[in-house]
Amino acid sequence: MKKDRKKRLFGVLLIIGSSCLGIGLILYALNSNLDYFLTPSELKQSDENVVLSSNTRVKLGGMVKKDSFFINENKVNFEVTDFEDSIKVIYEGLLPDLFKEGKGIVVLGKYNDGIFYADEVFAKHDENYMPPNLELN
Amino acid sequence: MIKKFFHQFASPKSYFAIANKFVKPFLVFFFLLYISALAWGLFFTPPDAVQGDSYRIIYMHVPASFMAQILFAVMAITSAVFLIWKLKLAAYVSKSIAPIGAIVTFFALFSGSIWGIPTWGTWWQWDARITSTLILLIMYLGLISLHASFENKEKADKFFSVLVLIGVVNIPIIKKSVDWWSTLHQSASITLTSKPAIDPVMLYPLMFSIVSFIGLIFGLVILSSQNEILKREKYKSWIKNI
Repeated sequence: MKKDRKKRLFGVLLIIGSSCLGIGLILYALNSNLDYFLTPSELKQSDENVVLSSNTRVKLGGMVKKDSFFINENKVNFEVTDFEDSIKVIYEGLLPDLFKEGKGIVVLGKYNDGIFYADEVFAKHDENYMPPNLELN
Repeated sequence: MIKKFFHQFASPKSYFAIANKFVKPFLVFFFLLYISALAWGLFFTPPDAVQGDSYRIIYMHVPASFMAQILFAVMAITSAVFLIWKLKLAAYVSKSIAPIGAIVTFFALFSGSIWGIPTWGTWWQWDARITSTLILLIMYLGLISLHASFENKEKADKFFSVLVLIGVVNIPIIKKSVDWWSTLHQSASITLTSKPAIDPVMLYPLMFSIVSFIGLIFGLVILSSQNEILKREKYKSWIKNI
């Protein structure tokens, strides 16, 4: 390779390398702030945190706990679990079609005294696709 | 001999002549293939056990999202080739990828939003996957306007290529976003390391749609790069003779 080409190749690698380093450091600094939701155990741990006052809206994500779903006075009650800890959620409104016990869920709302008051509910579907008749396998 | 071949192919003139011969049948072939892949996916596959019929948009969403990222990676390679070897053709190809990449990325976001409404219950959330893809779209648009803003096109090529190389770091971020952070978007169904999480009756039409979409989009890139050559080299004698 000619000398000037080598120099330019070095320049190209320098651009990519410094860009990677810069973005990498930013992402490292932001770290968990880039998470879309907190898990129940993370939310409970951050309970005493000043940042998480009762007026901050947060997102809680996990699985809808089996046999925890019931409707009481037009309000939907269920628990979100990460299989270590679970948090009771109260919500009034329409549930997405894919809402199901044992399936992934993300709720947006306020956490207060151990109860999560959700004002939005999103269903999280997984990466598995199969025809209905094969579901049992 | 290899060197000679490259030098010949890399000249805009011979590239144009070769491309001109096969680009049209190539495009027609992959367009028909893509249409039949969509028909297969939409009419001849069973519905999904969980999502019902709404999952079928996968046959448009996945090829578009895949190509949105691949096009940027290809643009990074051609830009690096331009910067190192000063090949004009590479710069022309880079420049003509950008608008196509922008449209494909927009389509990926749009089809994802349509898919999100019945499944997630929302069409937009600021999770890592969706946000990094939006950044990809903004980068494509930024590259297009950067190139257009220069009077001196040689300078434009240079700055454009440097910006592409800076931006390419976003591609692995998009790819890994669903693994590095918690997202609303599910993780990848098809990976190189493990068995696909999609049943074969849905996997085959999906693969078919991806492959045909790759062909279709690269056909468009070739066509658009021919346009770019005509525009940039219009004062060259060989173009006057076409």
